[in-house]
Amino acid sequence: MKVRLLDIAHARSGDKGDTANVGVIALEPRWYPLLAESLTLERVRDHFRGVITGHVERFELPNLNALNFLLHGALDGGGTLSLKTDAQGKVFSTALLRLVLDVPDVRARELGVPPAPAA
Amino acid sequence: MNSNRIVRVASGQGFWGDWLDAPRRQVEGGPVDYLMLDYLAEVTMSILQKQKERDPAMGYARDFLGAMESVLPGVTERGVKVIANAGGVNPVACAQAVLEIARAKGASGKLKIGVVTGDDLLPRLDELLASGHALTHMESGEPLSTVRDRVLSANAYIGSTPIVEALAQGANVVVTGRSTDTALTMAPLRHEFGWRSDDWDKLAAGIIAGHIIECGAQCSGGNCLHDWRNIPDLANIGYPIVEARADGTFVVSKHPHTGGRISVPSVTEQCVYEMGDPHSYITPDVVADFTTIHLESDGIDRVRVFGIKGRPATDKLKVSIAYRAGFKAVGTLVYSWPDAYEKAQLAGNVLRQRLDTMGLRFDHLLTEYVGMSSTHGPLAGPPGDPPEVQLRVGVRSPDRKSVERFTREIAPLVLNGPPSVTGFAGGRPKVEEIVAYWPALVDKTVVQTKVEVLS
Repeated sequence: MKVRLLDIAHARSGDKGDTANVGVIALEPRWYPLLAESLTLERVRDHFRGVITGHVERFELPNLNALNFLLHGALDGGGTLSLKTDAQGKVFSTALLRLVLDVPDVRARELGVPPAPAA
Repeated sequence: MNSNRIVRVASGQGFWGDWLDAPRRQVEGGPVDYLMLDYLAEVTMSILQKQKERDPAMGYARDFLGAMESVLPGVTERGVKVIANAGGVNPVACAQAVLEIARAKGASGKLKIGVVTGDDLLPRLDELLASGHALTHMESGEPLSTVRDRVLSANAYIGSTPIVEALAQGANVVVTGRSTDTALTMAPLRHEFGWRSDDWDKLAAGIIAGHIIECGAQCSGGNCLHDWRNIPDLANIGYPIVEARADGTFVVSKHPHTGGRISVPSVTEQCVYEMGDPHSYITPDVVADFTTIHLESDGIDRVRVFGIKGRPATDKLKVSIAYRAGFKAVGTLVYSWPDAYEKAQLAGNVLRQRLDTMGLRFDHLLTEYVGMSSTHGPLAGPPGDPPEVQLRVGVRSPDRKSVERFTREIAPLVLNGPPSVTGFAGGRPKVEEIVAYWPALVDKTVVQTKVEVLS
């Protein structure tokens, strides 16, 4: 079953130099394990391919039901050097929430996660 | 000491330019012991340094004077103490200007202003470089010597200790230069509860309390994605307050009858804001571990925070260096339906061709289409035919003349480019000098802070 990250998580992003960070937080604590399993480093790296120029780092915060991603080379030089509308990486949060996950039907029903609307 | 005693630190300013009413609302809206005001962002010091070069009495955050005027009765009559990094590159002048305001109100006898200095490394920069402190860029690894002749300001991020000293000397207002944002909250807790400088868990708790409230309302419903439609009364948003106890636990709250929302999700969003490695949030005082933060609801608009662990501080301080890095300008035009995106793309290509023909020298030219892809890039997906698209072109160059010439090339497109164009009433884009940020580390032993109390 397709599940939109937007429907199971919320997020906030910010900057440090040319790196954007995105903290992703499960909307329900019981959905955190699903988030941690499916939102892998590779998945997020592929999602942002062509959008950022550097590598991705991933950290787990089970205490906050959250993951933190560092997206390097995301901000066109960052800070005052950047010419981008989003020079401070404020909306990389919602860019990550565009991601759609594949969740086994049984698991999705067990967890009560909402299916993605038909395209 | 009564272990149930609560110390309240209120956040009244999350950056220079934040809501002017917030400090007064925090002091008048209910009980608070300390008002914490954070004014400094990464390149603010360089702007202040430029102001000080023009006028030696300047170089601090002028907004702070208005804030002090608005909270003066709370400070002089109710004993609220104020801690602010508004001093910029001239904390002494800042403190004197505050005393001047108090004098005009007949209240100068009731102010003792602690002034923290010693963070300014600009006068010592060559001495430091000569004695082997390379001040290499923390990301690129380049030595500072590559931009030394363009450096505008250099300040060490200093921790809580000098603020605690000022409070111990009886200051009811403390003005610092480049203190860390988080120290402004942690210092009064350390002072009130007598936390030792190696009580790592409690210091880390104070730092995380500071992290949660240092961006003002960003933890109390502002910029909150979670359930944003239902966050009540943003027009009347309440800024956050930390209600701390001696054991290092605290509650994040706000005054009654204010808007916004403090919930586990709203506080969690702020916890992860601008986060690096969550295991190691490095400050001059302690290394805090964000993977030990526990949050639980403590009633409406109250979140309890507990369980925080910290580790010994490192032997380095971060240094914030600002240097001149050329010029930039951004021009925009709006194209309307039908085919707005195609028209904007054609205009962008025409502009680029003209700039190429003139042989202008740019390090970087960025074309964005606002309404299509400027924030999410290729992730935005197929757009349909939007009602309008904004063409947004930015250039960057060491050569001011090239950037200036670029700013003259936007308006002509209105009459000599693609059709259905509008939105040029703002006039020619302005050329901005870029002041860039150079983060570095320096040995702690190099920086000696100084505290004096003025009254």
